[in-house]
Amino acid sequence: MSRSTKKGPFVDAKLMKKIQSLNEAGQKRVIKTWSRASMILPDMIGHTIAVHNGRKHIPVYITEAMVGHRLGEFSPTRRFGGHTEKKAIKGEVKK
Amino acid sequence: MARILGVDLPNEKHAFIGLTYLYGIGRTRAIEILNATGIPLNKKIKDLTDDEIRKITQYINEHYKVEGDLKMEIQRNIKRLIETGSYRGLRHRLGLPVRGQRTRTNARTRKGPSHGVGAKKS
Repeated sequence: MSRSTKKGPFVDAKLMKKIQSLNEAGQKRVIKTWSRASMILPDMIGHTIAVHNGRKHIPVYITEAMVGHRLGEFSPTRRFGGHTEKKAIKGEVKK
Repeated sequence: MARILGVDLPNEKHAFIGLTYLYGIGRTRAIEILNATGIPLNKKIKDLTDDEIRKITQYINEHYKVEGDLKMEIQRNIKRLIETGSYRGLRHRLGLPVRGQRTRTNARTRKGPSHGVGAKKS
C-alpha cells in the first residue's frame, strides 16, 4: 500500500535541515546519511549525498531523474561478482 | 477485416475481445471504448462499419497511449532507471526480477530457460 498523501513525502528531519541550510548558504558539500528510506526531493538536486549501504557511504550525485525515488535505491547493499565459469571449476578438480 | 491504428486486424471475434489485440488495450479499456462509442460489446469485428472503426480510432487516440508510443515510453522509463544508477536499473541490466522476487528458484521469465545440471543445451 502506498503512503498517504496527507503526510507528504518522508525525509529524515535532520537530513532535510542540512539540505536546507546548504541551500540557503548556496554551498555544496557531501552529506553523509544513514537514512536510506528518505525520498529524494527537488531541493536535493545538484547535491551529493553519501548514502550508507551497511558498510560505507556511497556518494550519490542527485539528478532531476532521481526525484521521487529513495536514497537507498542508489546505494546497493549487495555485491555479486558473477558465477564461476563451469570450465574453470572442472579444470581445478583435475589438478 | 478491420484495421485499427496500423497493423492489428483480428476478425470473427466479439469487438471487446478483438480490441484487446491492440498493445495497451485490455478488457477494461476495450469495454470503456465500446461503451463510449455506443457499439454493442458482442458485435463481431467483421460487422463493424467504417464509421464505427473511425469512432473507435478517434476515441483511442484521444484517451490512451497504445502500441509503439506505449512501448517507447516503457523503454524510456527503463532507460531512465538504468542511467540513474538505481537498484531497479541494475536489475534490469542484469536481466533479473526487479521487484524483489526470489531468485534462488523460479524467476525463469526474467532469467530465460534454465541451464542447470542435466538441463538440455538450448
